Amino acid sequence: MSAEPLLEVSDLSVRFDTDEGPLQAVDRVSFTLAPREVLGIVGGSGCGKSVTCMSLVRLLPQTAAVTGSAVFDGVDLLALGPRRLRRVRGREISYIFQEPMTSLNPVFTVGDQIGEVVRRHLGLSRRAARQRAVELLQLVRIPAPERRVDEYPHQLSGGMRQRVMIAMALACDPKVLIADEPTTALDVTIQAGILDLMREIRERLGTAIVLVTHNLGVVADIADRVIVMYAGRKVEEAPAEELFAAPQHPYTVGLLGAIPRPGERQERLEEIPGRVPAAAAPLEHCVFADRCRFADETTRTQVPALRAVRRDHLVACFHPEADRAA
Amino acid sequence: MSIVVQEIEAPRVAGRRRLRLLTKRFLRRPMAVGGLLVALAFVIVAIFAPLLAPYSPGHTDFDAVLAHSSSKHLLGTDDLGRDVLSRLIWGTRASMQVGVFATLLAMVVAVPIGMIAGYYRGWVDQVIARLTDVLLAFPFLILAVGLAAILGPSLLNATLALGIGSIPGFIRIARGETLTLREEDYVPAAVLNGANDATIIFRHILPNMTNTLIVQATLTIPGAILGEAILSFLGVGVQPPTSSWGTMLQEAEPYLTQAQRLSVYPGVAIILAVLAFNVFGDGLRDVLDPRTTR
Repeated sequence: MSAEPLLEVSDLSVRFDTDEGPLQAVDRVSFTLAPREVLGIVGGSGCGKSVTCMSLVRLLPQTAAVTGSAVFDGVDLLALGPRRLRRVRGREISYIFQEPMTSLNPVFTVGDQIGEVVRRHLGLSRRAARQRAVELLQLVRIPAPERRVDEYPHQLSGGMRQRVMIAMALACDPKVLIADEPTTALDVTIQAGILDLMREIRERLGTAIVLVTHNLGVVADIADRVIVMYAGRKVEEAPAEELFAAPQHPYTVGLLGAIPRPGERQERLEEIPGRVPAAAAPLEHCVFADRCRFADETTRTQVPALRAVRRDHLVACFHPEADRAA
Repeated sequence: MSIVVQEIEAPRVAGRRRLRLLTKRFLRRPMAVGGLLVALAFVIVAIFAPLLAPYSPGHTDFDAVLAHSSSKHLLGTDDLGRDVLSRLIWGTRASMQVGVFATLLAMVVAVPIGMIAGYYRGWVDQVIARLTDVLLAFPFLILAVGLAAILGPSLLNATLALGIGSIPGFIRIARGETLTLREEDYVPAAVLNGANDATIIFRHILPNMTNTLIVQATLTIPGAILGEAILSFLGVGVQPPTSSWGTMLQEAEPYLTQAQRLSVYPGVAIILAVLAFNVFGDGLRDVLDPRTTR
């Protein structure tokens, strides 16, 4: 992580103007992404992980107020004009959605849709674009790419469609691939295949990947480094192995406790009591205080700063595991 | 259970197979098939009018004025001794021209406007919607008659007037479809692949609404055909001696008591054409709209 970061997000905040008043979706989140790195962002529903990623490519509706900066390749993505933004989208930074079933346009063949991207960004001819589409389908391990390239999305299964989406995302050799729950809509065996594919992409093409998921298993499988988000804040960040071996934040500990383990008979999975707070403005205390076993006066009145409990292991908590063990 | 299976199977039907399936479904509707055949017949007559008409529409036979049907004049002649069948055939051409071109004009103008309103929403949509409301506030015929009167009577101006009168309906439909389609996941997917607004609107959204537009067109054509007849009858459409169903009706009016057949023939032609297109359009809508699948 000593290398120059590819993407440096600082103090990213997102606030939505809803009919029920403002809603703070992301609160001062900072992180970096190194070249070739796979960064996992995990957290429960509504913790702001998708919103964080969508704000990087500026996909949020007008009602979202985004502050902070996201410097990619020397420019701040959040301040980019529409024309330059279009040159970054799909060319430098690609995005994969959760829903492979509906993310492809039903009236065009797979080849047309992949071809459109390379023709737009790389200025390829129709013929060259088709050739590239076949190569890409091969890259994402779709059998008989020569035939599949002329098929329509409804002729493909969900797993294959997600592969097509990945092929499209990789069409212009982007530096960063943001995958927002890429496997959630797929069944488990297909999931494993897609994860293998993403790992292979990183090895072969050197693409850095931001993987958003609520599935810790997926993260353990593929990520180098993990960010845990809760209620719009980054509460913990650590190398993947370390996070699973020595989680520090009580929320992370709770998440890990809620994973069913095969072979172990348990009456009931551990759960985290309470609900995620929805805040109109940044909370002036620890966001997890209401649900935390270790909450005390400090937790309820102050915002815990991120601090390093070990090298590369940050946690925003007054009572991390490391302290309690000591 | 069978319902579930169908739901999974239906979208899997591909390109050519889908066309075959739709054809099969269409053929199961005798009314719609009949409508298509009759509409096609009218179109063919319109295209080949010069070959099919026994006489030129202006040819006068003063030996047979207001003549009844005979081997020489199959449907008889009018007050100037002109062959009614020939005039009917040439009139088909005028009516079809107006019907088709007015509809095309409305589509070409209205669809982009409606799509822009639906895609950008906000104040753009507000402005376009209010202007559409203003147009819609005038009844279709009053608007068309007014426009035709301003533009001056001719076939081209009748087409323009009826086309403009059909614009608001198309705007509404294009806007509504765009509002739905812009929420599809492939739209943000295209955005994130660097597509600009024009690409998204015309390449990604437009092709997905062709079904609806085709159906709307087949239902707008008969409206325009009827409109042409009314405009011509009122004297603000096609001008005599040019033949159209409307002018024929107008010219037949003074003879209603002596020669009703002069009104009946163009009247029947109008009814048949309008009915044929309407029935065909209805059938097409049923076939193309998955929600009405039975």
